[in-house]
Amino acid sequence: MSLVIHQEEAAPILSGLAELRELPEWFRDRQRAAWKQFESLPNPTRKDQTWRFSNVGLLDLAKFKVGGTLTEEERDAILERSRGLDEVAGRMVFAGDQLIERDVISDQLKKRGVIFQSLERAMVEHADLFRKHFMSQPATLGSARFAALHQALVSSGTFLYVPHGVEIELPVEIFHWLNGENASVFPHLLLVTDELAKVTVIEHFCSLDPQSPGFACGVNDLVAGPGAKVTYVCAQNWAENVVALQMNTTTVDHDASAMSLNLHIGSRYSRFESLSRLSGEGGRSDLLAVAVAKHQQEFDARTLQDHISPHTASDLLYKNALDDRARTIFGGLIRVEPHAHFTDAYQKVRNLLLSDDAEANSMPGLEILADNVRCTHGATSGQIDEDELFYLHARGIPTKIAQRLIVTGFLDEAIQRLNHPAISSHLQRLIEEKFAA
Amino acid sequence: MKELNIENLRIAVDGQEIVRGLTLRVPRGEVHALMGPNGSGKSTLAKVLAGHPDYHVTAGKVLMDGENLLELEPDERARRGLFMAFQYPSEIPGVTIANFLRAAMQSRLPEGEELEATDYYAKLYEKIELLGMDRSFTSRAVNEGFSGGEKKRTEILQLAMLEPKYAVLDETDSGLDIDALKTVAHGVNSLRGPDLGILLITHYQRLLNYIIPDHVHVMVAGRIVRSGRKELALELEERGYDWARDGAIEPAFR
Ligand SMILES: Nc1ncnc2c1ncn2[C@@H]1O[C@H](COP(=O)(O)OP(=O)(O)OP(=O)(O)O)[C@@H](O)[C@H]1O
Ligand SMILES: [Mg+2]
Repeated sequence: MSLVIHQEEAAPILSGLAELRELPEWFRDRQRAAWKQFESLPNPTRKDQTWRFSNVGLLDLAKFKVGGTLTEEERDAILERSRGLDEVAGRMVFAGDQLIERDVISDQLKKRGVIFQSLERAMVEHADLFRKHFMSQPATLGSARFAALHQALVSSGTFLYVPHGVEIELPVEIFHWLNGENASVFPHLLLVTDELAKVTVIEHFCSLDPQSPGFACGVNDLVAGPGAKVTYVCAQNWAENVVALQMNTTTVDHDASAMSLNLHIGSRYSRFESLSRLSGEGGRSDLLAVAVAKHQQEFDARTLQDHISPHTASDLLYKNALDDRARTIFGGLIRVEPHAHFTDAYQKVRNLLLSDDAEANSMPGLEILADNVRCTHGATSGQIDEDELFYLHARGIPTKIAQRLIVTGFLDEAIQRLNHPAISSHLQRLIEEKFAA
Repeated sequence: MKELNIENLRIAVDGQEIVRGLTLRVPRGEVHALMGPNGSGKSTLAKVLAGHPDYHVTAGKVLMDGENLLELEPDERARRGLFMAFQYPSEIPGVTIANFLRAAMQSRLPEGEELEATDYYAKLYEKIELLGMDRSFTSRAVNEGFSGGEKKRTEILQLAMLEPKYAVLDETDSGLDIDALKTVAHGVNSLRGPDLGILLITHYQRLLNYIIPDHVHVMVAGRIVRSGRKELALELEERGYDWARDGAIEPAFR
């Protein structure tokens, strides 16, 4: 076996920071500070409101390692399987936080000022932009400790900048692969759009080996400039032994709109924190999530729709299908800050329970400090409607396929809101594959 | 033997008997109309034929081409050639008509055999046209937000696609405007033939002007009280159900 990528030897996460990384010194300083912060913050417990119902026992990091090597065979297998959309504007593939393939964006987009490069290059070549936006918001939804860990250990990721008025029609695609027993990754996406820019990004999270335990701790910073349109899709398909945390912050400037969709297929435990900051008048944010939870999987979603400016809108739709002994948690707050008059904020969570042992926990919340606000929120759980099932039976469709159709149809409401047929059909395919497995 | 044979059927819901000794034979190739007042048990009969789990058959039997229908699961009955057009079709959110019918047709193929997509769509569009519907319908979720008339057309579209041996149409005419009624009747008539037996449940003589039945049965309080040729429907319209009930000496058939 030949090694194509040499990293520092795999070492336990908790053994401390390696000093070999080739990153700018100012960034290394930040990482050292972040590591100290990580060490000083306590592990979450269920008594913390932000970790209520969470299986915090799974967050023991002792067995996980950073670094490691990738063989040529593994690299080939990963590239072979990095199949997402048919047509993309640009593409990056990371394995174990190493960039192993990059399809650059067109010269035309480059000429117009689009920057699509690895995080470590952006730190050097676009230090000002990078420093202004990189993890500029504190993690407030519970995972401050893990955000600090991420900052300390992040070694690569994607930087995408779309300048004034540039619209990238095709999606930009990013793969993150976990490889090896107890491996860990710290995926990062920093997406900055300027005024009236438009872009769609899809990130795929996958494991090379479907059995290997692993750990993923990612951060996304999405910045929608004035009037910009940003769509972000996350297709989480880690192996079923993986523990994953992802912290997403979206900042929506005036008249901008952001849409995000998180699909949860894989992992043992996956926590997704979504903070949507509506900081400019007329901004809009759509937060979508679709989860297919089976076996012992646990999906833990925490959201904040933070209305800072007046005339802002947010709309959250989370749909979970739960089978076997799977669990989902939704903790979501709509906060309308004192000056954010004329806000429209919606939050809807729907759980479809396919088994008596599945458990869906929902904790919606409202905090309204402004006037003239329209808010609705609600979370419901139900089972497959017997009459619907009979209708499909009466057409000759056997129970298993009928259930699958009803479940995919149930989830489709959120997927269709993306209004992007190519991405929708990719997500539908992932869902189908999970049912077929 | 090529018939749907219902013999002395009794059906109870929540301990109450709704169908009370019903006997009826629908041979393949014939159209039988079933008429009767509200609550007489017509839909209950239809649902039991299709295998709805809420209803209990307490006595009697149903044979489809000699095979005991009642011991088959609902999906198995459908695959063997029974179709029911629902009086109140369910909405299936997020499942398009195209995907739904595809799954239904796929389920009729032997294991390992894949439905041919081009043939499937060709057939689907042909039937869509037959029923005067727009192709865009096929990408809408089944019955979701459909008007009453659109739901009924969609039932007949499914009938046309699935080509059953026996079809029970439960008030497919109700809620249709006159043009839609003609289109649906045209659709049903074009499916008529020696291989299909139809049980047509309706309240209105009007439908029978367009789909001319071979036989008409009148059902009152869970039983067939009169049977006759198509003229019976006209007579019934003139004289009403009291006449039908009073005149009945014993549950008749044919
Ligand atoms: N699931 C059920 N639970 C309780 N009662 C029922 C149920 N289904 C039917 N019934 C009762 O059985 C009787 C017959 O109902 P059914 O729907 O079969 O009548 P119908 O002849 O189809 O009437 P209509 O012409 O109004 O459609 C009614 O009194 C109805 O309330
Ligand atoms: Mg009825």
